[in-house]
Amino acid sequence: MKRLVMLATALAVLTGLAACGDKPQTLGVNKSDVAAFQGAQNRFVAPGWTPADKKSWEQGLKARMQNTQNEYSKTN
Amino acid sequence: MARMKFVCDSERCIECNGCVTACKNENEVPWGVNRRRVVTLNDGIPGEKSISVACMHCSDAPCMAVCPVNCFYRTDEGVVLHDKDICIGCGYCSYACPFGAPQFPASGTFGVRGKMDKCTFCAGGPEVNGSQAEFEKYGRNRLAEGKLPACAEMCSTKALLAGDGDVVADIFRNRVVQRGKGAEVWGWGTAYGSKQAGQAPAGAKS
Repeated sequence: MKRLVMLATALAVLTGLAACGDKPQTLGVNKSDVAAFQGAQNRFVAPGWTPADKKSWEQGLKARMQNTQNEYSKTN
Repeated sequence: MARMKFVCDSERCIECNGCVTACKNENEVPWGVNRRRVVTLNDGIPGEKSISVACMHCSDAPCMAVCPVNCFYRTDEGVVLHDKDICIGCGYCSYACPFGAPQFPASGTFGVRGKMDKCTFCAGGPEVNGSQAEFEKYGRNRLAEGKLPACAEMCSTKALLAGDGDVVADIFRNRVVQRGKGAEVWGWGTAYGSKQAGQAPAGAKS
């Protein structure tokens, strides 16, 4: 009887620990992308803002939006 | 800055396809792939409306959720991009996308489906910003050049707006208030989760 209990306990412990041997199945992290405000390494960068300065980049884009996409005189 | 968003003003779009041409030219998109296209609703019937459709860079992007190899990522500005080195061209994103944005170049023998291609909000991909490698895989990285997407900047009637969501909404709201009728901003609710724009009209059948 004692052996049977010990066997059952050993089985329960083994079953409980089975998951510990599982390898994580999560996908790896994607390649990191450099933020756009760092600027581009080519000669097409628009003038009027400082690369690597986030505030300057944001302000430049906002000004560009208002200048190229907003029509103050024609709002309909 | 808020996140980047697109909106197409159907009251202004004249179906000129300037945005489609600008996108193809700027990004040198391969033959057979259209990252952006103009859809006309009720074509030929008086009162028809056209809208320019591409990847909307959704807040809760379904393509990201279904991708089995996790090739998508979102930038700090909310632009949904993908890594073509990881993409296996399975096409799940194409089935999940409500805008039909993912495109697959059919090149090679037997028309084998290539790596997925879609609008990048002119923000390139994981390669070095503005590099030749990035250009060849994803097209121009205009955001890193301090510019906005070519399609929107090219739009002759200013129907297609792109950029900081706050500014886009502000410009569009001003127009809607002036008109004094509904917004009719198709796709905005689906992409960005606005209850007002995303809900079907009362009494409409699903």
